[in-house]
Amino acid sequence: MINLLTNNWSAFINGFGWTLLSSVLALFFSLIIGSLFAILEVVPNKFLRIVGNVYVEIFRNIPLLVITMFFYLVIPLYVVKINGFTAGTIGLTIYTSAFIAETVRAGINSVDVGQMEAARSQGMNFWKAMRYIVLPQAFKLVIPPLGNQFVNLVKNSSVLAFVAGFDLMYQGNAIASQTFDTVNTYLIVGAFYLIITLPISYYMRYLEKKLA
Amino acid sequence: MQNWIDAYSWINIRFLLQGLWITILISVISVILSFIIGSVLGIIRYSKIPYVSKIVGVIIDIIRNLPLLLIIFFVYFGLPEFGFKPDTIPAAILAMTVFESTMIAEIIRSGILAVNVGQMEASRAMGMKYIQAMWHIVLPQAYKKMIPALVSQFISLIKDTSLATIIVVPELMQHGQVVYGQDPNYIIPVFVAMALMYFVVCYALSILSKVIDRKMA
Repeated sequence: MINLLTNNWSAFINGFGWTLLSSVLALFFSLIIGSLFAILEVVPNKFLRIVGNVYVEIFRNIPLLVITMFFYLVIPLYVVKINGFTAGTIGLTIYTSAFIAETVRAGINSVDVGQMEAARSQGMNFWKAMRYIVLPQAFKLVIPPLGNQFVNLVKNSSVLAFVAGFDLMYQGNAIASQTFDTVNTYLIVGAFYLIITLPISYYMRYLEKKLA
Repeated sequence: MQNWIDAYSWINIRFLLQGLWITILISVISVILSFIIGSVLGIIRYSKIPYVSKIVGVIIDIIRNLPLLLIIFFVYFGLPEFGFKPDTIPAAILAMTVFESTMIAEIIRSGILAVNVGQMEASRAMGMKYIQAMWHIVLPQAYKKMIPALVSQFISLIKDTSLATIIVVPELMQHGQVVYGQDPNYIIPVFVAMALMYFVVCYALSILSKVIDRKMA
């Protein structure tokens, strides 16, 4: 196993890097998109609320793989040629943004209504009250669930292997099929995933306990 | 141009529906098995049995934090090295069950934690054994609280079965790939049909969970 690891060190690290990069990019963009749709779900305008709801329900109830493969196959057909990494990261972003929207919306709803009313009565408009009063409190509440979303995101980034996204899973498959040492390769791949996911999920559990 | 009419011929639609049936079959079998195994694991982890609970806890945390895809690969390509070679559908069910059991175990454990400790203490004071108190008093209350979490776990299990296409399990995603593999002009129609089928099943379940939750509350 040590030999397998040292012989293929650069491939493992390469895959680890792409996995990490894809997860961080997807997290960043899905936080922005997810928060936007979360706000859409609570605005006074009924039409916007429906738009937000439809987006969240659609992408929460379709498998990530279907979304990712769709972007991988359809965008090159009509728009521009993109590689597997980009298609995979777009798929991850859209899928995760729906979950983040749900999480952030729950956070916004758990902020006392009085906060919004007080801010409005001080002369702030809806957006200002949202931005300066409600959202900062909501985000504090949703940090542990968002952390768990990030853990899911890292795990889900393994779908990049389907679209040749150079990620850890993809490299692991390539190594496994070259060396025929499937068991040890997958054990090493698993260890690399755990390096990212275990500390985050333990830290989030600790935060949950502390906040509760 | 995408060819919607030919893509939606009855032969193709029937083929996709057959895939959907396998998807549902795998999901239901896996969810039943992982509900049972997950309950046992969750109770063991909660019960603080010396050593055993710690070890079970570590195993649960490790498996929970791995990608399901890796577990599918491990079961299908790794286990044959130990002399056990499952067929594609059993391999998918085994991998899903291993992964989902740990997810459900965590849900069960937090459900039990949410039941007031007084319930257990009172039952013990009435002379019940730990197992009796767990089975008759604590678990029924815990399961009631867990229904939404369990249903949403079931929904993600259904979505996750699509990953089994990598070991050529004949489920919906795999059948979709076969259909759009015939003709690039089928890609968008087939994706729309697949997405719709997954959506209908998952959304129906999420509505059901909301209804049950409202009735219970």
